[in-house]
Amino acid sequence: MAKVEMTVNGKSVSGEVEGRTLLVEFIRGKLELTGTHVGCDTSQCGACLVHVNGQAVKSCTMFAAEAEGAEVTTIEGITGKDGSLTAVQQAFQDYHGLQCGFCTPGMVMSATALLKDNPKPSEAEIREYLKGNICRCTGYHNIVKAIMAASGQDVGAIAAE
Amino acid sequence: MYNFDVVTPKTVADAVAALGEEDAQALGGGQTLIPTLKQRLASPSKLVSLTGIDEIKGIRTDESGTLCIGGGTTHGTIAGEGSAYPALAALAGNIGDPAVRNRGTIGGSLANNDPSACYPAAVLASGATIVTNTREIAADDYFQGMFTTALEEAEIITEVRFPVPEKAYYQKFEQPASRFSLVGVFVAKYADGVRVAVTGASNDGVFRWTEAETALSSNFSADALDGLAASADDMIADMHGSAAYRAHLIGVLTKRAVAAAG
Repeated sequence: MAKVEMTVNGKSVSGEVEGRTLLVEFIRGKLELTGTHVGCDTSQCGACLVHVNGQAVKSCTMFAAEAEGAEVTTIEGITGKDGSLTAVQQAFQDYHGLQCGFCTPGMVMSATALLKDNPKPSEAEIREYLKGNICRCTGYHNIVKAIMAASGQDVGAIAAE
Repeated sequence: MYNFDVVTPKTVADAVAALGEEDAQALGGGQTLIPTLKQRLASPSKLVSLTGIDEIKGIRTDESGTLCIGGGTTHGTIAGEGSAYPALAALAGNIGDPAVRNRGTIGGSLANNDPSACYPAAVLASGATIVTNTREIAADDYFQGMFTTALEEAEIITEVRFPVPEKAYYQKFEQPASRFSLVGVFVAKYADGVRVAVTGASNDGVFRWTEAETALSSNFSADALDGLAASADDMIADMHGSAAYRAHLIGVLTKRAVAAAG
């Protein structure tokens, strides 16, 4: 066991971890921030996506020890202090960008990272960026619509089905 | 996963020292190694994480115009900042998905030498030089078969040096589930000739298609490849494609790459 320290959602945290402890296990198990989900545990589905030093990362494919000194943001860390939703979160609600909701934390974190780099992505760019986020309800149309809306763009052109 | 220690050195020298211990293994971005560890296909006693070593990160162009990329540079950084070599930047930007590209590194990919990885094709077609903590290795000497390279124990890729071609293109036929190349062909045209490297196809890993190189060096057009066929001998055959299919793809993708390179 070794001690690891990092900043998660603006708070300094620390804990004893094994070498093999994944970042997502630290986030969910030690910090009890269970908004970050584990879908596949094979780095394909993106449900565990968090931001590490501002970049989208699959937290099931990074060790907690590697996040020493890092700034980590999880789905719990993006809302306002009063609990107000971000534009991305609000758009997911407005456009029904979720069905069962399991993939949603990863989708929202991925979309948030995309809009930081590319504030007005095209539909094709959004679909390309979400390659690593799988929705097993296959609710992609409304997810893409929500991200278009969150970036202040017209969603009328996106297929309805 | 079996348990192991993780150490996070800040310098190449410290990393090399840590790798000197028995059963220690280097950990790049981990996008291949961590899934491998989860499947218990590797059981190191210690992982030496290279992601905290700033001296092996970043991209620069040296005085001769060679593009020099630190071994610890991520695919995402190469895609975004590798514009001096557009075909290479495009290749990097099409590996995996954005989150994978934010962790995975060029050095990690080359050290692993997956037979379907993209970077080996770029490195071999470019005649790039692999620089380690101890020496420089020419691409033609570096790749030694599937998952096998010229790297010694405790040797770390610090930089990869790419001569920038006049024209180049990487044509990948993507296996849609894994996003590795079912077959990928990298064509690079230099003043002194054309090099063609093929990944994803051979049981021996990445290789040069020398017949195509000869034809393209005298006439850089897709037509120059008419009548040329890659041999299906020793091609990978699996549930995704037969050996003959992969051999056929090599010809098709090479033509497409030449046409796209212009």
